[in-house]
Amino acid sequence: MIPEIGHFALILALCVAVVQGVVAIAGAQLGIRSWMAMARPAAQVHFILVAVAFFCLMYAFIYNDFSVKYVASVSNSMLPIQYRIAAIWGGHEGSLLLWGLLLAVWTMAVARYSRNLPLDMVSRVIGVMGLISVGFLMFMLFTSNPFDRLLPAAADGRDLNPLLQDPGLIFHPPLLYIGYVGFSVAFAFAIAALLGGRMDATWARWSRPWTTIAWSFLTAGIALGSWWAYYELGWGGWWFWDPVENASFLPWLVGTALVHSLAVTEKRGGFKNWTVLLAIFTFSLSLLGTFLVRSGVLTSVHAFATDPERGVFILGFLIVVIGGSLALFAWRAPKVGLGGRFNLVSRETFLLMNNVMLVVAAGAVLLGTLYPLLLDSLDMGKISVGPPYFDAVFLPLMVPMIFLMGLGPIARWRQADLPDMASRMKWAAAVSLVMALILPFVMGEWFALTSVGFALSFWIVSSIVVSTGERLLKTSGSSSGLGLLRRIGALPKSYLGMNIAHIGVAVFIMGVTMVNTYEVEKDMRMEVGDTVSMSGYTFRFDGVTEIEGPNYKASRGQVLVTVDGETEAVLFPEKRVYFVQTMPMTEAGIDSGLFRDLYVSLGEPVGNGAWSVRVYYKPFVGWIWGGAFLMSIGGIFAISDRRYRLASRKQKAQEKTAGQAVTGQTAAPVQTMERE
Amino acid sequence: MKTRHKRMAFILVGLAGLAVGAGLVLNALNSNLALYISPTDVLAGNIPKDHQAFRLGGMVVEGSLKRQDDGLTVHFDVSDNVETVTVAYTGILPDLFKEGTGVVTQGRLTDGLFKATEVLAKHDENYMSPEVAEMLEKGEKAKQAATGAVAPY
Repeated sequence: MIPEIGHFALILALCVAVVQGVVAIAGAQLGIRSWMAMARPAAQVHFILVAVAFFCLMYAFIYNDFSVKYVASVSNSMLPIQYRIAAIWGGHEGSLLLWGLLLAVWTMAVARYSRNLPLDMVSRVIGVMGLISVGFLMFMLFTSNPFDRLLPAAADGRDLNPLLQDPGLIFHPPLLYIGYVGFSVAFAFAIAALLGGRMDATWARWSRPWTTIAWSFLTAGIALGSWWAYYELGWGGWWFWDPVENASFLPWLVGTALVHSLAVTEKRGGFKNWTVLLAIFTFSLSLLGTFLVRSGVLTSVHAFATDPERGVFILGFLIVVIGGSLALFAWRAPKVGLGGRFNLVSRETFLLMNNVMLVVAAGAVLLGTLYPLLLDSLDMGKISVGPPYFDAVFLPLMVPMIFLMGLGPIARWRQADLPDMASRMKWAAAVSLVMALILPFVMGEWFALTSVGFALSFWIVSSIVVSTGERLLKTSGSSSGLGLLRRIGALPKSYLGMNIAHIGVAVFIMGVTMVNTYEVEKDMRMEVGDTVSMSGYTFRFDGVTEIEGPNYKASRGQVLVTVDGETEAVLFPEKRVYFVQTMPMTEAGIDSGLFRDLYVSLGEPVGNGAWSVRVYYKPFVGWIWGGAFLMSIGGIFAISDRRYRLASRKQKAQEKTAGQAVTGQTAAPVQTMERE
Repeated sequence: MKTRHKRMAFILVGLAGLAVGAGLVLNALNSNLALYISPTDVLAGNIPKDHQAFRLGGMVVEGSLKRQDDGLTVHFDVSDNVETVTVAYTGILPDLFKEGTGVVTQGRLTDGLFKATEVLAKHDENYMSPEVAEMLEKGEKAKQAATGAVAPY
């Protein structure tokens, strides 16, 4: 009965979504207020219906209703309760429902927090989101209904893939999806601007916080996925350029470009068309990512559902969304206009170069990801594009971009002065060069790329110190200890947020450089009592015992790590076999620290109580995720800036003075906006 | 006039960016592609020239897994049900590696022995990745073609 209620709620949600999409947009285009007024209530009803469907599915999972086909295929009565709930998004159908639910949540949020936007704008945005929901609900109802019954019911479920039975599953997909779906708001704002032919700095100010928060979630989601892969797969890697990882990384790259281009649109009224185009691309790549992962087109650790029948629908949906929005762009973009002028050397140019490089990088990654699929579908043979390809295209693009990242924030809008910037940055440059040369020798080994990595990392930090210092000189107060901290805290939140995110990039680069250069890896055969030493740590293998978990049996190894005879850590790597799918699984034993991880994973027994064992010393590896976390925090910090709250309160007043923000990210005197 | 110059400059910067990107992509693609090749093709000599790495896919033959004395190097046979190639690999095998299931290995062929640098065992509940399935299909076709030519006599 409950699953039928869920199914029925989905059908009703589809009907409401059609109304929400068609009536709201038509009302806005025809100027009929009563139709536009339907947008908000429709969004609320739509949300309630999708939420009902989601909770019905959750009910089926919690109470082990194996007469529901989807539950029977990804759950099992022995599965612990938290994984039974997380198993909702452990497969194709449920992930779509999660997607739909999050879309409804974002739509609700837009309806709730847009009280001061013009009604036609709000109804267009909500309408576009309604149309996206129509596509998703149709896809779910016609090809992948999570409520399909299995008659007769299965005695028990086929269980969740053991790889997914981890806390990572509880947080990683929802965070990632909040990010993916969040870009639909930026997309809807862009389409609304095209439909309304109205696009100015106020538009960018509305759209920008939504985009930034979606980006923050996506960043956190990707980082969490990377960390999960690191400890779960037992290979010790944190990024594999796996097609599925790329699918989430593509919207991130273009979304990052969008975040920066929106800054120009908001502050200077520039890059308007480009911003709209980026918003379209970002969301299109989010859609592509969702579908690539869940359609089974890609073979990878993540792709569990294989059903080519769905491919046609997916392709159709992508063509409608991408083709439709690009056609609209081609038709309406001339109305939107190009926006403010700027000089060849100016902050706009730095941001433009950031955008060009991010988009080119995204293009290269997209090509490497889709190329094998393309050749395969043309029957030109099967190939694989490996990590070396991605490293070879990605690094040369990122190095100059990171260099410019130090310069962009200190450049003036519209017209910057290169000699002036050079003299302001000379100490920052000196510090980063010296550190880049010294640090490798402190660590013990020198490579050119290592120095480049260190230089970039210190460059970002020192340039932030310079620009923050210049800003602080303009304020007064104590210049030591708490007083200084308070003065820094009094700087505009958006400025601090940007710097936190940029420091995150520096921390990330530091982690990557350290771990790529100085990690030590050993695969070996170890008997009980055998020891191995690396980087000052001694690992002693103390044998393996059999233990039993809730739904698995495991061989648990014990490894004692000592430094100069003192115990540093005891690690317990496991080799699990899950009862239902009888699939072996490696759980690495990790001791995480601020400056290093010690990582041990078990291979297999090789006779006489000996095991093949993999041991890693990974310096600074945690900084990789720490850096990503800082980026995410930075984004959230930036949108707490008071100008966004003021913007919503004093919207009328803002109309006239848009661009002369209450606060500015720039040290330059605020200039009046140039409008066409 | 000045605006036009500026616009030209921006277009040139954009094009230069694209050109650099395209150059990087082509260069990287050239040296970092790995073809999937079946055991039958390997024995027929259809492998990349210049000792380039490629991917060999097929089923791990039951009973062929042999561990060397160092405890880490393994030899196993990969077959597409027609021909068989022996693979050598030093390191820890992935969780899903099992005799009688599909495997994809990347490496180079040296004196008839495929020295793998990477062993991938990813599959769904049918213990077969699409790449391996295609290898087997090809092998089946080759077998049919061979027997078809012989059968009439």
